Amino acid sequence: MGPLQTSRLALRALLRNKLRSFLTALGIIIGVAAVIAMVAIGEGARSQVEETFAAMGTNLLIVMPGSNSSGGARGGFGTQPTLTWDDLKAIQTEASLVSGAAPTLRMNGQVQSDEQNWGTSIQGTTPNYFEIRRWPTALGAPMSDSDLDSGAKVMWLGATVAEKLFGPGSDPLGQAVRVKGVPFVVAGVLTKKGQSPMGQDYDDTVFIPTSTFKARLSPGLGTFLSGVIFVQVRTGEDTARAQRQVTSLLRDRHRLGQGAEDDFSIRNLAEVASAQQQGADTLSALLASIAAVSLLVGGIGIMNIMLVSVTERTREIGIRMAVGATPGQILAQFLVEALVLAIVGGLVGVGLGLFAAQQLSVQFGWPLLVRADIVALATGFSGLVGVGFGLYPALKASRMDPITALRFE
Amino acid sequence: MTAVVALEGITRVFSLGDVEVHALRGVSLTVERGEFVAIMGSSGSGKSTLMNVVGCLDRPTAGRYLLDGQDVSKQSRAQLARTRNKTIGFVFQSFNLLARTSALENVELPLLYSGVGTKERKARATAALQRVGLGERLDHLPNQLSGGQQQRVAIARALVTKPSLLLADEPTGALDTKTSEEVMTLLTGLEDITVVLVTHEHDVAAWAQRVVTLRDGKILSDKRQTPLRLDPNRQEA
Repeated sequence: MGPLQTSRLALRALLRNKLRSFLTALGIIIGVAAVIAMVAIGEGARSQVEETFAAMGTNLLIVMPGSNSSGGARGGFGTQPTLTWDDLKAIQTEASLVSGAAPTLRMNGQVQSDEQNWGTSIQGTTPNYFEIRRWPTALGAPMSDSDLDSGAKVMWLGATVAEKLFGPGSDPLGQAVRVKGVPFVVAGVLTKKGQSPMGQDYDDTVFIPTSTFKARLSPGLGTFLSGVIFVQVRTGEDTARAQRQVTSLLRDRHRLGQGAEDDFSIRNLAEVASAQQQGADTLSALLASIAAVSLLVGGIGIMNIMLVSVTERTREIGIRMAVGATPGQILAQFLVEALVLAIVGGLVGVGLGLFAAQQLSVQFGWPLLVRADIVALATGFSGLVGVGFGLYPALKASRMDPITALRFE
Repeated sequence: MTAVVALEGITRVFSLGDVEVHALRGVSLTVERGEFVAIMGSSGSGKSTLMNVVGCLDRPTAGRYLLDGQDVSKQSRAQLARTRNKTIGFVFQSFNLLARTSALENVELPLLYSGVGTKERKARATAALQRVGLGERLDHLPNQLSGGQQQRVAIARALVTKPSLLLADEPTGALDTKTSEEVMTLLTGLEDITVVLVTHEHDVAAWAQRVVTLRDGKILSDKRQTPLRLDPNRQEA
């Protein structure tokens, strides 16, 4: 008897008890659906994390001026200007693992168009900042070196500010925006960048050249850089080494001896990212293992029903044996029944899981991430469960004595 | 020409805990091709055990069993299954048809296990059912058929593989007199087949050419007789 015959036989036996077959397969259906949906949730969370960090800029170090302990009173990070413009130059030229560094000077203030005004963060920066943050302009030209050199009163608007001042979808290029009474011309609008991992809106900001920032808004403290430095590392793997390199460079420049505390701090975004990534991974692993347990329970359900079915069909087994079914053919028949239950259950589960994943992705605003390998794995695993838990009942059937089986009432 | 069944000193001992039960104590019996043999005996005489051994459902404890010239006394369970499939057709007292399965599919069953293709299977099963007079009821389920009809389906199933031996275990035990006569007429009317019939009813044994009587696991008597035949007029009715 070929595999096709055996499957047809199995299918007919299962269709004879539709409700029971359905209930038996339900365990597997729920298990597989859970695996698919859970993994999709895990993947969604992971991609969410990845997206957030991609928005922050990859291979990024942020150097912040640090506390300067004097007279026992220690200020927090950023309370004391300890970074100088020369430090910036040194990082740009002397640190070999660094591909670029850009300062940002920051103040909060009111920006005004002719019609509207909006409180936002005004940042002075240099043209390479936008490369480091991978933040192109959506409208207008990017900031150029000549803007920086000339101290031009030009401004780039974050997407949120552009919307608040000029309304959604408008073209504010060439319009005037005033800050502290100083008129700026809008030279560009930046692409939308979204939220930081802490939920801060990256697009609620405006940029002007550092030269203009110092000349027009806040003169600063001469040689000190009253802001932070964004440092881009050449390759992602070098981030930790680059961090040590920048640290030792700055410690040298600030003449900090052995044992002295850093008077600056460096935030390594890759570290934060990997911590969050790990959190997401743990979540997926946890969900997947819960799902796997439910799949196992489904398998036990199959075994249970198959055992009942074998006992119930003792006489049928006897008849089949009498007319010449070998123990192997009886084994195959019951094993295939369990397998069909498990695989059909698995496929229905995949369908249900995909539907649930799709609903969840809409609900959470995550991208729908269905991994083909997980779908294949879940289906394959449910088949394995079918064989694993179907084997014992099938063996029991195949080992029956035809004489006893024929007498069974 | 080899005998269909050749039993030489067959014994069968069951051990029930510490007690050994000798169901067969050295049975030697030869059934030639084309014979219609009834095996008789009261319950406990060993006739059921003998039938199981002859039917390859059980193996003898000692002795030799040549079925169609082939020694089957030492065959494995799987080999015995194949032997049953090819060489033996069974007819049981309680019909033993698969429930919720059409007459045609019941008859196809032995062919399914011998790997006959779908088309040939259907054709041969249909022919077998026509032979027993059920050509019009191929799609009927067992519970839609009368007892006599069910037994005819079982006979068709036994014949469909063209076995050397048809083994009937109390084939009329569950049937009324008239239906019993119909079934016996059918069985005795079969050509080119050897039939071994196990029964405890003399009325049924009367249809056989030869009656073997067992008692306490041994052959008590082995007699030839003129078989009963119904007169044709009655058969028509």
